[in-house]
Amino acid sequence: MSMSDWIDVCSVDDLQPDSGVCVWADGRQIALFYMPKEQAVYAVDNFDPFGKVNVLSRGMIGDIGGQPMVASPLYKQHFNLETGVCFEDETVKIETYGVRIENRRVAVNV
Amino acid sequence: MSKKQTLVVIGNGMVGQNFLAGLVSSGAKEHFEIVVFCEEPRPAYDRVHLSAFFSGKSAQDLSMVEVGFFELHGITVHLGDRAKSIDRSAKTVLSEKGVHIAYDKIVLATGSYPFVPPVPGHERDRCLVYRTIEDLEAIQTAAEQSQVGVVVGGGLLGLEAANALKDLGLTTHVVEFAPRLMAVQLDDGGGALLKRKIEAIGVTVHLNKNTTLIDDGESCLHKMNFAGGDALETDLILFSAGIRPRDDIARACELEVGPRGGIVIDNQCRTSDPDIFAIGECALWNNRIFGLVAPGYAMARTVVSVLEGGDNYFTGADMSTKLKLMGVDVASIGDAHAQTPGALVYTYQNGDSEVYKRLVVSADKKRLLGAVLVGDASGYGTLLQYCLNGIELPENPDSLILPHRSDESVGLGPDALPMSAQICSCHDVNKATLCSAIEAGCNTVSALKSETKAGTGCGGCVPLMKSVMECELAKLGIEVSTDICEHFPHTRQELYHLIMVEEIKTFDELIEKHGRGRGCEVCKQAVGSILASYWNDYILKKEHIGLQDTNDIFLANMQKDGTYSVVPRVTGGEIQPEKLIVLGQVAKKYGLYTKITGGQRVDLFGARVEQLPSIWRELIDAGFESGHAYGKSLRTVKSCVGSTWCRFGVDDSVGLAIELENRYKGLRAPHKIKFAVSGCTRECAEAQSKDIGVIATEGGWNLYVCGNGGMKPRHGDLFATQLDKETLIKYIDRVLIFYVRTADRMQRTSVWMENMEGGLDYLRSVVIEDSLGIGEALEKQMRHVIDTYQCEWKTTIEDESKLKRFRHFVNSDRPDDNIVFVEERGQVRPADEREREELKARKHFKILEEA
Repeated sequence: MSMSDWIDVCSVDDLQPDSGVCVWADGRQIALFYMPKEQAVYAVDNFDPFGKVNVLSRGMIGDIGGQPMVASPLYKQHFNLETGVCFEDETVKIETYGVRIENRRVAVNV
Repeated sequence: MSKKQTLVVIGNGMVGQNFLAGLVSSGAKEHFEIVVFCEEPRPAYDRVHLSAFFSGKSAQDLSMVEVGFFELHGITVHLGDRAKSIDRSAKTVLSEKGVHIAYDKIVLATGSYPFVPPVPGHERDRCLVYRTIEDLEAIQTAAEQSQVGVVVGGGLLGLEAANALKDLGLTTHVVEFAPRLMAVQLDDGGGALLKRKIEAIGVTVHLNKNTTLIDDGESCLHKMNFAGGDALETDLILFSAGIRPRDDIARACELEVGPRGGIVIDNQCRTSDPDIFAIGECALWNNRIFGLVAPGYAMARTVVSVLEGGDNYFTGADMSTKLKLMGVDVASIGDAHAQTPGALVYTYQNGDSEVYKRLVVSADKKRLLGAVLVGDASGYGTLLQYCLNGIELPENPDSLILPHRSDESVGLGPDALPMSAQICSCHDVNKATLCSAIEAGCNTVSALKSETKAGTGCGGCVPLMKSVMECELAKLGIEVSTDICEHFPHTRQELYHLIMVEEIKTFDELIEKHGRGRGCEVCKQAVGSILASYWNDYILKKEHIGLQDTNDIFLANMQKDGTYSVVPRVTGGEIQPEKLIVLGQVAKKYGLYTKITGGQRVDLFGARVEQLPSIWRELIDAGFESGHAYGKSLRTVKSCVGSTWCRFGVDDSVGLAIELENRYKGLRAPHKIKFAVSGCTRECAEAQSKDIGVIATEGGWNLYVCGNGGMKPRHGDLFATQLDKETLIKYIDRVLIFYVRTADRMQRTSVWMENMEGGLDYLRSVVIEDSLGIGEALEKQMRHVIDTYQCEWKTTIEDESKLKRFRHFVNSDRPDDNIVFVEERGQVRPADEREREELKARKHFKILEEA
């Protein structure tokens, strides 16, 4: 078994364009965000480290200075979708995961 | 330390209070024990804006004294106790209620009293004056039994008083002894135009009238008989024929007074007794009485400086004024009557747009000596600066009053003003003070106001202050960005305009044409709201879903633990018992915490995202619809029970509330909107604290706009009175859409109003007079929103594809195990972090045991 596992989580039709969904991936809650114009899918922890609840998949997405981001729906902190680093407080970071799409299926690397 | 001296301040009007405020922030404060006598039952209030009392401002709103001011500064104040006499040899003051104290210094700020001409009959019932809040209360009571009202005196105050009578619903006349209105400030041409304009709004003006007798009328209470034989019948008479200084206390202790009254003062505001000062309208300087507030403030500053040991002098004051009388702009600057020898006069009169302007210029055409503006006072700030600062006039001085027919600007740029130029005359703030505040970081008008006090008196200098600020910021290289965010170089209002003009229907189209990047939660939500209010599409359409905040996506309000609350609409707060039972049953079935809201409905908390559709299916089956508690949109129309049940009710407030709520439900706006309707002036629905407030009166509905509760409470402004329902709805349609189109994002109506140039008058002109010619378009847009209303929850539960989102995981039916409730007072609440860990551990232990 390799160091990391690719887990099949959902179909691309389950993704929401310009928005997020949450998937259950082998004991973890992962938020998936889909930006159709960039053909990009990002995977990060669903857990909001500030509000301490599982809600990041319900945040709004976009960019700050060209960096893809999600804004927490609770207290509006922004997290970089590529690095997981919080824009307002660089000491806070959420986990990010690799995403692979094959045959219209989405897999995340946990 | 030496013993403190006792300083007695007699009078707590605007000038007396200004003196106290100046004194306590000066170094002189620690040398004095301060005692104040105030004849009126309340401390200083804003007499300049007294007529606002009739448009809904309370005595408290008009107060000039910050709460706790006297206590904070250790000032002893005797309210409702007039200082009766001064014994100068014993150095004591005696009050009417018997307070007897020794003084070291006295400041007389006794003000003035209204002059009532000694016409036989002037003491009859309902013959009143206009000076204090008590006077206004008497006027209000007298007006209730009157049809016709007359103001004697066509000066500045008289016209204010006439406006008040008109607002109280009386047929109003103004009777003036002189051959023109505002004889002190205006020339014949200006006075004639003002008369025409005032008569056009229904106030009859009688000039050259000398009242010789007031006796019984035939159709009214009084009959005013004029010299020359004619007469006028009226039920109420208000005397506003000028003011006289209150110098009785000074006379009684033999201070020097002028031959026609007024306490004589020198350049340091000292009376003939060096320990006694006099300031404001009671003081006579250089044989002149100053009946405006700004010179009084200048005197107050002089005395503060003298008490501090400084050597400030009062050297007269500019009597220029700008004001709005019954909607007519009037301004007078300097030597308006061209009394300076050799003065040249330029006059511009436009009979069509009813504007009159007159310039008085020095013989060498280099200096502006005075001006009169009627109908359009927009040039006041520039002209005043020319006059006060002796700035050299352009080659053709008349270019300053002629209409601009090309792009050339004749306004005086703020750069042309010297640093010593006085910008705010009420608080004596010059350009240098503003500039240093701007340099120190004040880059908004409101920051400048609180830092320097400029613009917080009459407010007339605010446009000039703003242009000084913009000019200085530009020089400092500071760009004040009004862009909504980094993705659009536009304000929300500009985006609205682009969407309307180019008929843009999606965010993608807008950002492609006018923006950059991928957007963010700020611009997306703002654009989502604009699109919703203009096109009114279903907000969860595929192309709009990314623009919605989580509350809008799940059509419910997210709480701190990630669960949602559910609020069905209960229009007007009226609910049938069957439906109330359904709410209870649903709450019980889904284990929801239940609370009554401030908007007269029921909030159900603790719903998991996957429970929302089935909860709503049950609610919709029972006849409920979305309450839009999650949206920046109309929330509730609160009401009292109204005339249907209440002994005091004047009209059916519940009926109107339901109608309004059904009309405007679903309207997306820059922020939430709340309404209330009260069935009488007891105001049990608290309508004056709402964005839109309606109060029933005998004569129809009174409409209040732009009120707010919350963080910064604001009473709504009385927008229009005694409306029938049709007009009321028309005005609300227009106000709301104008707000939706022009406000900034997340700007409540209260802040929108406060930032609006021209304020309430401007909003009235747009909505009532249709000055922008967009009235019909505003109504049409509202019509569209109303016609395309849908219950978003009904649409959602009917669409299987939309329901897919209402799961915590798209790939599993398991719930979020991080949501944990505990019980409190018989209902659930979210567990705190410690409780959550404990409960999770216990569950884990149980699972281990079972295994």
